[in-house]
Amino acid sequence: MSALPAETVPPSQSFLRLALGNRSFVIGAVITLIIAGMALLSYVWTPYSATELSVLNKMKGVSAEHWFGTDHFGRDILSMIMVGARASIAVAILAVGIGIVIGVPLGCYAAATGGWVDEVLMRVNDLVFAFPALLSAIMITAIFGPGATNAIIAIGIFNIPVFARVARAGALSIWPREFILAARASGKGKVLITIEHILPNIVSLLLVQGTIQFALGILAEAGLSYLGLGTQPPMPSWGRMLFDAQTRMMAAPHLAIFPGLAIVVTVLGLNLLGDGARDILDPRLRRVR
Amino acid sequence: MTAYILNRVLIGLATLLLASIVVFGVMEVLPGDPAQLMLGMSGSPEALANLRAQMGLDEPIVWRYLHWIGGLLTGDFGRSYTYSSPVADLIRERLAVSLPLALMSLLLSTFIALPVGIFAAARRGRLPDTLSMGTAQLGVAVPNFWFALLLIYAFAVWLKWLPAGGFPGWNGGIWNGIKSLILPSIALALPQAAILARVTRSALLDVLGEDYIRTARAKGLPRGRVLRRHALRNAMIPVLTILGLQFAFLLAGTIIIENVFYLPGLGRLIFQAITQRDLIVVEGVVMLLVASVIVVNIMVDLAYAVVDPRLREAA
Repeated sequence: MSALPAETVPPSQSFLRLALGNRSFVIGAVITLIIAGMALLSYVWTPYSATELSVLNKMKGVSAEHWFGTDHFGRDILSMIMVGARASIAVAILAVGIGIVIGVPLGCYAAATGGWVDEVLMRVNDLVFAFPALLSAIMITAIFGPGATNAIIAIGIFNIPVFARVARAGALSIWPREFILAARASGKGKVLITIEHILPNIVSLLLVQGTIQFALGILAEAGLSYLGLGTQPPMPSWGRMLFDAQTRMMAAPHLAIFPGLAIVVTVLGLNLLGDGARDILDPRLRRVR
Repeated sequence: MTAYILNRVLIGLATLLLASIVVFGVMEVLPGDPAQLMLGMSGSPEALANLRAQMGLDEPIVWRYLHWIGGLLTGDFGRSYTYSSPVADLIRERLAVSLPLALMSLLLSTFIALPVGIFAAARRGRLPDTLSMGTAQLGVAVPNFWFALLLIYAFAVWLKWLPAGGFPGWNGGIWNGIKSLILPSIALALPQAAILARVTRSALLDVLGEDYIRTARAKGLPRGRVLRRHALRNAMIPVLTILGLQFAFLLAGTIIIENVFYLPGLGRLIFQAITQRDLIVVEGVVMLLVASVIVVNIMVDLAYAVVDPRLREAA
């Protein structure tokens, strides 16, 4: 992984041109915007209430009134998916936030200091990687109580070593460069150099990793909610909807299909966005494609 | 070479030791007294004190840690209070489901992913590449438990070819056992295969851009031979890395997948143990999982040296 040196960062105009020319990026960005828009829209409008029960309407199939049908309580599935997007996005974004806020300073510190500090930080990283992330997330949420907050912490903890590693690798590739030497010669300290010169040069790496971790966070939140450890009812969540669908799937397959599609489309969009962004930002990779 | 192996094993052991301290420490600071949990609400204070003494809960923490570690090393994982049987027996029983499941999915994903990745790289930029990588992109985005639901609907509910869940045990015939693991292993394997296929393709493309590949082609070697003899071997390092990482994912994935299919495996054991606060079971299974991740990582490191002679000499 190498980051772009400061002097060749393309001006924003050419970035936009590159971005619009990259199919993955455009498709990913459109999908992501639609899902995010849907989640925002759900705050002011949904076709029906996502929590109100209507026994008369239960387990209805796909129709003009209920595009995605209704569930066993008669709730409109489209409305539930719209509201469910909020929980997925919120949990995943905050978990990425935890990873960045704690992991990036750790990684930069390790790269700037080197020596035993670096060694210790990386060994602790290895330790966290030895625990299967989902297993630990399940333990954390089961032990400290199910719910969105603990799901965020549980997923976030495993983003820390990921971002620490990316930040460290990126920073290590910048430190030996001449403009860093110039900055050191002018008397700047390591903290200032990291803030002024290192961070701007690894921000693209971090953004790309951020979209990947965001997608993984959506999947993890769905898994936790499926097990009953994530977002709690009556707040709808995609994972929980799939759990409810499992026993009723024979009679009403639509119960399982639409929430699952929502997850797939969201994760697909984010992955495409991340792939596209990486291709645009890293010219070395562009050659390979 | 010996120094290289020794180094890897030592780092692995150190990580395992640290992990044991973390696991023991976390379980220790958790609210709730195991003796109280075992007795329930009915226990008298005397009975509680007796049980605590019997379980050794009154001993100093360092002593209990050493006792626990000593037990793990000699195969004594303690006794589960919800199952009232030795944890080691529980683990052995459950491994009979989880180990075949993990192996089947690992084999399945490797046998799908490597050919697809190689095929796509060999036909880069053409229709087969676009199609297979598009499918892989989709596969990465599919949650395995949702895929499992679809498989159940298609092959158990609709076609009625395979059971929708449960496990008959190996005594009822090997085929019956395998039959009930087919859908779970596909559900676990496919998202992994998608990732592995992408990594294989990009690793191979990286190698195919190297000078020595051009040299090999220029001296008249046919494409297929260059791909097999020169490129594949060098592309194996990132593929092995991901394969090792995926093992950890597989282990964790079994927790959800075994719940979807009601399989009495290790994943379901630990999930139930966590929700029932059967901490001694949780500790034992977590240590086993972490140990297996570490062992697999060491094996991957050794495989690097087998694949790449340069690493052997450097070490």
